[in-house]
Amino acid sequence: MADAAVLPADANLVLKRAQQGKSYWRRVWERLLDDKVTLAVTAVLLLLLVMVVFAPWFTVHDPYTGSVLRRLKPVGTLGHWLGTDEVGRDLWSRMVYGGRMSLLAGVVPVFLALLIGGFLGILAGYMGGFVNSVIMRLTDVLYAFPSILLAIAITGILGSGLQNTILALTISFIPPIIRISESVSAQTRHLDFVEAARASGARPLTIVRYHILNNVLGPILVYATSLISICIILAAGLSFLGLGVTPPSAEWGLMLNNLRQALWVSPLVAALPGVMIFITSMCFNLMSDGLRQAMDVRL
Amino acid sequence: MPLLSVENLTKHFAVKGGWLNRTNGVVQAVDDVSFAVSNGETLGVVGESGCGKSTTARLIMHLIARDSGRIRFAGRLVGAAPGLSRRDLHRQMQMVFQDSYASLNPRLPVVTSIAFAPFIHGLGKAAAFKRAMQLLEAVGLEPLQFANRYPHELSGGQRQRINIARALALEPRIVILDEAVSALDKSVEAQVLNLLADLKAQFDLTYIFISHDLNVVRYISDRVMVMYLGKVVEIGPVQQIYRSPKHPYTQALLSAMPSMDPRRRTLRAPLSGDPPNPISPPSGCRFRTRCPFAEKVCEAVPPELLAVAASGAVACHMSAAGSGHSRADKTVAH
Repeated sequence: MADAAVLPADANLVLKRAQQGKSYWRRVWERLLDDKVTLAVTAVLLLLLVMVVFAPWFTVHDPYTGSVLRRLKPVGTLGHWLGTDEVGRDLWSRMVYGGRMSLLAGVVPVFLALLIGGFLGILAGYMGGFVNSVIMRLTDVLYAFPSILLAIAITGILGSGLQNTILALTISFIPPIIRISESVSAQTRHLDFVEAARASGARPLTIVRYHILNNVLGPILVYATSLISICIILAAGLSFLGLGVTPPSAEWGLMLNNLRQALWVSPLVAALPGVMIFITSMCFNLMSDGLRQAMDVRL
Repeated sequence: MPLLSVENLTKHFAVKGGWLNRTNGVVQAVDDVSFAVSNGETLGVVGESGCGKSTTARLIMHLIARDSGRIRFAGRLVGAAPGLSRRDLHRQMQMVFQDSYASLNPRLPVVTSIAFAPFIHGLGKAAAFKRAMQLLEAVGLEPLQFANRYPHELSGGQRQRINIARALALEPRIVILDEAVSALDKSVEAQVLNLLADLKAQFDLTYIFISHDLNVVRYISDRVMVMYLGKVVEIGPVQQIYRSPKHPYTQALLSAMPSMDPRRRTLRAPLSGDPPNPISPPSGCRFRTRCPFAEKVCEAVPPELLAVAASGAVACHMSAAGSGHSRADKTVAH
């Protein structure tokens, strides 16, 4: 045995002086930094976020005022570098301001679904038995509807607008998140260290907090980020159908709908909102893939 | 008074399947098992895979619910209201599992894993971590080097030391070691066994050591219990079991051990085949299908665990006077 001088008088001090180990998340972070593609798309998304939040700094024209005299100007017009839409509003301004709505409608529903679905799923996965059956069968009921139909039905009942769009999309995304949370939690529950924690006399809530959550949040988070790309498209789709954001708000899906008639006149301008939806959705998708790969660390 | 007393412990697992997931059969994993563990001794539990050793351990630890039977710790009944609660039992009895890696939360530094149990039982964070550091030292790991490491940064032997430290964190009286050294290299196994012996003396512990390695059990145990297909077939002091085993299964197990002496090699395996299906065990004595001395009475009547010699017991008709077996004593001694 070592001499008495090593015996920690103040354990916290020794703990601080002790060599730090490399935690799982640190290794994920290091792998992420090595992944050039993920870094690139994350940079693009961050740039988009900055531009969208600080829109007044990046745009010259007001996105809501237009002049019929200046309608459907092509790309590269002096003063309107991306052209104008069918009412004469500057397309670049509407894209940037529209990004606010689109990103909001794309990210917030997934975030809310993560909170609600994650809680219900982990509860079902850890408790098992009757609680699990009730939650999973209710989830199956919602799962029976394709997500776009579910979203349309809900907004059809509640009416259009950003709030209802977010609500409808949140409800559509809760079932898949419940399913993956339950699956991962149920797997973790049977591992030896959870049994050891139970053998220590820990109560279920304590075990979930200290042993289940930190093992389960990773996969759930990766899955949720992959849902963002789908959510952006769904939100744009709802606006395209007239069920989402209402005019005169700028939103990429709504802009696509409005510019449909102009497709023969000014195809490039009409396609721009679609390009934006595509780029943003693709970036979220790639970012989520990169995150999943980085998290596949062989421990 | 024995420290731990197990009476008539039974656990049957339902086998579901078929149309409506109905119960097709029952696995009689543990059937009417009774034994006692005295304070300060090491009870070795041996048997083939599937004989119910690990299930018995989990039943005693109350990790799975028993079907019937009573468990007493220091005379107090566990589970019922005036006796010991499950939570209090866990403060007295802890367990070390076989898989050293799966036993540790991969997301927590090892010192947190050790400090978890005292922390949730009311000890403050600082005190819990202090105890964890002291235990790290007690199991032979330098706290400065190992406290903040993660399980994947340790070797198998080091991880098992962490598991032992974790089991000792609540200062239990009994530690159940469920094949705790089976997955380690031989040299590491020897070190951990010596560590266990040191800790037993230092902390005044009682061990229940489950293993299928007969040499290790002989080295570490004071008494040995032999299980077969969910039942106890023999129990007794280690020298008595190893020198003069009474039950044919024990005899076969011991003669199946490879000999270290090239002049006395083990030529024939005395035990052949696999244990029968625990869903439908043989009637009467469960060992009769592989026993060279099986007779009619073995098929009809299951043998009881009866005391023989100094402090041992055997469940075999050959050792039960008046049972009707040709090799048993004819009359029951009064």
